[in-house]
Amino acid sequence: MPVDVRTCQTMAEAASMLSGDRTATLLAGGTLVMRDVNEGRITDGTLVRVADPAFRLVSTGGGRIELGAGTTMAMVLASQELVFLHPAARAIGGPAVRSAATIGGNLFAEAPYGDFTVALLALEAQVTVQAGYGGGRTTPLEEFLAARERGRQQLVTAVSFARPQSAGALRFCKASRVRPKGISVLSIAAYLPMSGGRVAGARIAYGAMAPTAIRAKGVERALEGRMLDAATIEAARQVAGEGTRPATDAIASEWYRREVLPVHLGRMLAGEER
Amino acid sequence: MAKLPVQFRLNGSDRAAFVDPAENLLNTLRRGLGDFAPKYGCGQGTCGVCTILIDGEPHLACLTLAIACEGRAIETVSGMADGADLHPLQAAFMENFAAQCGFCTPGMLTAARALLAKNPTPTREEVIEGIAGNICRCTGYEPIIAAILAAAGSRDVRRA
Repeated sequence: MPVDVRTCQTMAEAASMLSGDRTATLLAGGTLVMRDVNEGRITDGTLVRVADPAFRLVSTGGGRIELGAGTTMAMVLASQELVFLHPAARAIGGPAVRSAATIGGNLFAEAPYGDFTVALLALEAQVTVQAGYGGGRTTPLEEFLAARERGRQQLVTAVSFARPQSAGALRFCKASRVRPKGISVLSIAAYLPMSGGRVAGARIAYGAMAPTAIRAKGVERALEGRMLDAATIEAARQVAGEGTRPATDAIASEWYRREVLPVHLGRMLAGEER
Repeated sequence: MAKLPVQFRLNGSDRAAFVDPAENLLNTLRRGLGDFAPKYGCGQGTCGVCTILIDGEPHLACLTLAIACEGRAIETVSGMADGADLHPLQAAFMENFAAQCGFCTPGMLTAARALLAKNPTPTREEVIEGIAGNICRCTGYEPIIAAILAAAGSRDVRRA
């Protein structure tokens, strides 16, 4: 049976179609799903498209920012309100990929992909999920990622997070073998709000250091309440690898990822651009 | 499974095709509509040789559903020249030896076109960012970067 395509005018319709048919797959930007179609990994079932404008709604007024799951990386880059997410959005593919790649799709991109999600994790984003025609349910991104495989027949409708303290408070870096575009050796997002010159509420996230994006809670504890000086950075480097389970893949070995993680973390915390 | 009709503007002309529901735009352009300028390289979104413009924005045709292009304006390299007059980017590529085997060239020209439409006077770094999604095995990229910078220096670059 060849692959069918259905376009839904509302997110509720799309959610209902996904939950009612285990062979249905959501098609957002297509950068992951069309690859599967092209390479013969999807040969039957239905691709579900969402034409609902709310799926791509960007709400930046107020203290909480909400982005529709269909928001593309290009849309993020076009918004000055989201300038703190520009380094992460720019790290996704090249310009043509960014025209299509969506925030929602990036949540499902398997390591070593999924770098935008790393930035969202450092912002402690919430994910709104809709199953069927019922209302949306909001889950912390960390929990969503842990249960990601079980949630594939649900529709992610939006991602939301508190506006960061300042644009500079969110740092992001991506280490790859090919510049400026390349698949991650690893990526790091660090949200470092300061209070009285000391770190207050650090949130650190890694990409490509585990099957999904993860928080680096050991590093967060090492930074909390301290000034961001050489001693603090060294303390953070010492615990950089806690909780990580990097894979060996075509880009890098587990060993290499573990070796370079504290180097990139240290540079980022010291504000060194490479 | 029944084919679906799709209609869009291709390089300024109204075109129509019958496509499979999950057919990608690259297939439709090449096999359905006879536009062989965009190439098939990887089918994964990595190489960029299938780069085309949809409503002025760069997209990868191999990852785009054909039926999602209903009513849109699609532009490929086939529409860049004006009869015998080359687009300034095409002339600059020629003058700067920016093509060897030529396989990446349609994607590079399209990416460059999208870049210059948004940013008519890019820096070298911005040119590199603009073609970051396009791989070239032959030139080492420097002639391509030089060609795009040269075309940007030309006053005529906003023609199309």
